[in-house]
Amino acid sequence: MSDHCESHPSRRAVLGTAGALFAWGAVPRTAYAAPGSRDARLVVVVLRGALDGLSAVAPLGDPAYADLRPGIALTRDGNGDGRAAALPLDGFFALHPALPTFARLYGARQALVVHAAATGYRERSHFDGQDVLESGQPGPGHTASGWLNRLVAALPAGEGIPPRTALGVGVVPPLILRGPAPVLGWAPPRLPRASDELGRRVLGLYEARDPMLAEALARGLDVDALTKGGPREAGGKEAGGKEAGGKEAGGLRGLAEGAARLIAADDGPRIAALALDGWDTHANEGGATGRLAGLLGGLDGVFSAFAEILAPRWSDTAILVVTEFGRTARVNGTTGTDHGTGTVAFLLGGAVRGGRVLADWPGLAPAQLHEGRDLAPTTDLRAVAKGLAADLFGLSPAVLASRVFPGSEGVRPVRGLVV
Amino acid sequence: MTVDPRRTALALGRFGLGARPGDLAREEPVEESLRREVLAGTVPLPSGPDLSATPTLLAGLGAEEQARKLVRAGPPDAAMPAGPAPQPIQERVYRAEVAARLALAQGAPTGFVERLVWFWANHFTVSVARGPRMRVSAGAFEREAIRPHVLGRFRDMLLAAATHPAMLIYLDNVASVGPNSPAGQRKGSGLHGNKGLNENLGRELLELHTLGADGGYAQADVTALARILTGWSVQRDGQAEGLPGSTAFRRGAHEPGAMALMGRTYLDVGPEQLRMALADLAAHPATARHVALRLARHFVADDPPPALVARLSQTFLDQDGDLARLALVLIESPEAWDPVPRKVRSPQEFLVAATRGLALAPEPRVVMGALASLGQPFWSAPAPNGYPDEAGAWASPEGLRTRLDVAARAGQLAAGTDPTAFADAVLGPLATDETRTALRRAESRAQGIALVLMAPEFQRR
Repeated sequence: MSDHCESHPSRRAVLGTAGALFAWGAVPRTAYAAPGSRDARLVVVVLRGALDGLSAVAPLGDPAYADLRPGIALTRDGNGDGRAAALPLDGFFALHPALPTFARLYGARQALVVHAAATGYRERSHFDGQDVLESGQPGPGHTASGWLNRLVAALPAGEGIPPRTALGVGVVPPLILRGPAPVLGWAPPRLPRASDELGRRVLGLYEARDPMLAEALARGLDVDALTKGGPREAGGKEAGGKEAGGKEAGGLRGLAEGAARLIAADDGPRIAALALDGWDTHANEGGATGRLAGLLGGLDGVFSAFAEILAPRWSDTAILVVTEFGRTARVNGTTGTDHGTGTVAFLLGGAVRGGRVLADWPGLAPAQLHEGRDLAPTTDLRAVAKGLAADLFGLSPAVLASRVFPGSEGVRPVRGLVV
Repeated sequence: MTVDPRRTALALGRFGLGARPGDLAREEPVEESLRREVLAGTVPLPSGPDLSATPTLLAGLGAEEQARKLVRAGPPDAAMPAGPAPQPIQERVYRAEVAARLALAQGAPTGFVERLVWFWANHFTVSVARGPRMRVSAGAFEREAIRPHVLGRFRDMLLAAATHPAMLIYLDNVASVGPNSPAGQRKGSGLHGNKGLNENLGRELLELHTLGADGGYAQADVTALARILTGWSVQRDGQAEGLPGSTAFRRGAHEPGAMALMGRTYLDVGPEQLRMALADLAAHPATARHVALRLARHFVADDPPPALVARLSQTFLDQDGDLARLALVLIESPEAWDPVPRKVRSPQEFLVAATRGLALAPEPRVVMGALASLGQPFWSAPAPNGYPDEAGAWASPEGLRTRLDVAARAGQLAAGTDPTAFADAVLGPLATDETRTALRRAESRAQGIALVLMAPEFQRR
């Protein structure tokens, strides 16, 4: 691990502010982070449509697994095809073969899996489920603000602490980031940018007449200053108004690269969220290859873009990947899976104490399934998010339970997620 | 009644697609123009050489895919056809559908009925993002399942939408098989030896299309409706009855037996079982509430006045889901005429209002590119709940930033237009002093046009 730390000068800044001058290699990792003392980066990736956790991280050691999922179950040997073999995590769980970057990080103890996890929501509507996941509320019907925005608002401000802003990736900001705290937005531009002069004039109009539009536009213009020399060039010359990107995976990677550049900047936002659609695999889900494999491959590309571009900040970075709920344990009649309950969450980054699967495994035997159909949830996702927020940013349990995740007093934070 | 141009400008934004040059000077009260569009009773249908019926489109796609396979499988030394590859049918048709929809929007007198079409097409979302079969049929879905019923009855639209090939494909019902049906009982007949239920369409019909998420249904109702829906599929090539690519009820895949749904029992009487179930769902009070809320939210305010929602809901129930009556009650409701414009135009509304106001013939390729960058291409919602309808979703930092780019581009394209005349034509008395001052100080005509397009009075409705 020490060689990894050495290559990341941002450590120096953190230690420097603490007044310490250590030799890098000699510092045990656990010595760093009094909670909240580091200049942490937190990225939350929301997978919309309900990720099939039993395919992303397969419980190969569960005797019921293979029989529940004819046609889509992963296997240790890929049925003879090495490329289709699930990637072993521990003796029980194995990772989908479309996630090699995650597997590499797991091997480097920088990635972990939380299995049989879910929010507190127990119905099966995507849209209510996403609202619960992103609002951080105990139930649906609260869409005024998201938990990540309230987390930003709860961060202590003061001397020497840079202003905290959050970044929403994409044209439509995800609910998780909506709310009172300032939020920037960014998406890969496809049109030639309007002149700064026009931007200033329109902003003047809004300031006089329409505070809501003024605030949004001001933030949109702010991001321009941050991205100069960054993602605009990366997306290719677009002076002709040609559409950038094209293929889905490339477009997704471009999105992640642009977001990562913003977060990596010295004065960039420390907290970001992006939402990826399309995980609703009701039919022809596929196993080691196929539809879900393609989606996971895109997600793995996002991981690798973040790891690459955030390298200078990697040791202070945590990326949390969550989805609204899981899918049925049993394959359905169309070689896919319907809406379920328990699923996986991923946590990766140099700040993560990885190389582990956290699971209080409920089992997949018929009597062990939730309502006879779904992986039973045993870990509350809020416990994971609260633990992460506590360890990364030093937020107290009281603040977390009152402001960030209201009504979650009974949900104890999972500690020790961060090195 | 004297004509108030302020009211006209407000109404053309809120209920219509935006003022065209001359519209604000009309002598007819705008209420009358809106009413007349509804009372005409017919919804314009797009037309064009590529806008065929769904079976023709799906068959055309199948034939092209088959032909490509044959070429690939052919002898390796076969001569490659010269010249650029022809555009695949799904791209050609999608472009034609976009162009036709834009043309109707551009020419509509007020655009109220087109707005209703867009609203209902979003309510019953199908999305081209799901692949070639959706790309080729999403426009046809709107022409065949939505437009004919926009001024008709909700239950007819519900049935047409739920059983249209595009919806059956989009929400995976085509392959859903009753576990106890003859097809379900044939072991090993599926690709992986298992055939059975898929509850996707059943769930979204309850949650999105009829009762709403808080409409009081349970998992058992979802499963029951999914079972009732088994067998509703798309006719395949080489089968005896029906045109390939049309909706088919395959009795052999239909789950036998009576089903209990929302406290009522539906006997297994074939395709009528679904028709009766959908008719009851369409008449359910929860459906009335859900539709009323969505309609009021779309036209009036993210948080619409409860009295307006209640009146729409009651009208829906009293008038047996008569959607023309519902549209009339909307424009006759004083709450819908709040002089404060609370909604932010969606990207689609913004772009069409711009091309209407500037009298710029919409170039489909340019409009498609702009809509893609603004995040709202036609028939491309990321999920079955359609595009969002709240200001927070569209008046985002990146969303407004991109609108600025689009406005700058439009300003360049329309640089022959006088900005003040343009402001008079589209904003009229709604233009604030600040906007007028900014216009006087604009450093170019292009910048002036862009300022009008970005003014709060144009962005809001």
